Amino acid sequence: MGLFDKFKSIAVEREALMDQLGILPFNVEIEEILTPTTARISGREVLLAGTNNYLGLTFDPRCIEAACSATRAEGTGTTGSRMANGTFAGHLALERELAEFYSCTKAIVFSTGFVANLGVISTLTGPGDVLLIDSDSHASIYDGCRMSGADIIRFRHNNPADLEKRLRRLGDRANNTLIIIEGIYSMLGDRAPLAEIVELKKNYSASLMVDEAHSLGVLGHKGQGLVEEADCLEDVDFIVGTFSKSLGAIGGFCVSNHPELDLVRYATRSYLFTASPSPATVASVRQALRILASGLDLRERLWQNARHLYDGLAQLGFTLGPEPTPVVAVYMESKEATLFGWKKLLEQGVYVNLVLPPAAPEGKSLLRCSVSAVHTHEQINHIIKAFSAMSADISL
Amino acid sequence: MSRAGYDEILAEVKKLLARFGKSREEIDEDAELVNDLELDSLLVMELVQEVEDMFDISFPLNDLSGIHTLKDFVLQIQKEIGA
Repeated sequence: MGLFDKFKSIAVEREALMDQLGILPFNVEIEEILTPTTARISGREVLLAGTNNYLGLTFDPRCIEAACSATRAEGTGTTGSRMANGTFAGHLALERELAEFYSCTKAIVFSTGFVANLGVISTLTGPGDVLLIDSDSHASIYDGCRMSGADIIRFRHNNPADLEKRLRRLGDRANNTLIIIEGIYSMLGDRAPLAEIVELKKNYSASLMVDEAHSLGVLGHKGQGLVEEADCLEDVDFIVGTFSKSLGAIGGFCVSNHPELDLVRYATRSYLFTASPSPATVASVRQALRILASGLDLRERLWQNARHLYDGLAQLGFTLGPEPTPVVAVYMESKEATLFGWKKLLEQGVYVNLVLPPAAPEGKSLLRCSVSAVHTHEQINHIIKAFSAMSADISL
Repeated sequence: MSRAGYDEILAEVKKLLARFGKSREEIDEDAELVNDLELDSLLVMELVQEVEDMFDISFPLNDLSGIHTLKDFVLQIQKEIGA
């Protein structure tokens, strides 16, 4: 068997998708990005309804200006890792500001959210330790777990009773266990039952990490995420997150009150051996974090839009994710219906995420929508109308 | 664990597989879970969860990579029960 034989099935699938849709859904070219909520695809303007631009900050003039100024002052890149020549004053300032934002003592900034999970998980745990992860965890969590060498045990999604069974079975090993959950799960948009999980973590003397990738800037009065909304900030050992969603850039972080987090940076390969975030990125994230922290109005608009879309699609009879959040997952009856529906929506000028098994939980197929604070009321109505027309087409 | 223990576990796993649409007659202990029984990755994970509940064990994902046949699976369950 040759190196490339394993890609044959992908080639067949890709060809079939191209024949069926006339466009490759997992490699769509955004020809021009027009605003935080609109772009040009295949020569026409479409409404973006599947980005993670929850607060719509990608075009915020203050963030753009910060990025431009930093580029002029410090250049386009650091050309080095944090350990070598890639720690500028801005990186350390951002770490201080993140620690302050979460009222934590320690913070580390990474080059992406993916490598933050990869690095922190694989460094904190090793052979002999146990990782107890929600079955719907993001790929970066699974990959970090695999790299660690620790025993990886899944518990049923958002099911504290199932988690408790597994903690009980571990006996004394629970002391060496890191539980990992997410604030809002990226595919179904549901929140973790954090307060119950914190109780279990305490009862069994385990440690707990919360990935706030999709909940930073979305949940809580200050926008800290599920840890704030559930009033559990002090009981969570590690919070990881990304700059590529509500903060509108790219990068990742981990904050903690464990002083040892500062030592983790010296042992984390995905921190030590990759270039640090560019000055432009750091500057725009610092500005975006200030806006996020003071942006209650943005969160209110985001939630208005989330409820508007969720209610509108529910009224049309679609089966949706368990609760209204800015991630609105629409269950489709089959893979074929999902592909057809995705294309119909695009033809009506609405671009959503196509999610096919195994990316979606339980082998389901989804059309994943997400809303932004800067979607207008009319734009949300447009999305609902497009789903209505798509549904009618499927029924024909 | 004894051969008797192995046989008991095998019988229970075969019962579970029947719930996944695999008739007990067609299931040989040398059958490969993926190639012969046509269990995709999601079904394998479901099967593991059912086995975990049935035997009150937790099955590390790390151990799955070495499991190809039903016999491998049953031996690993035996090991987890004895651990």
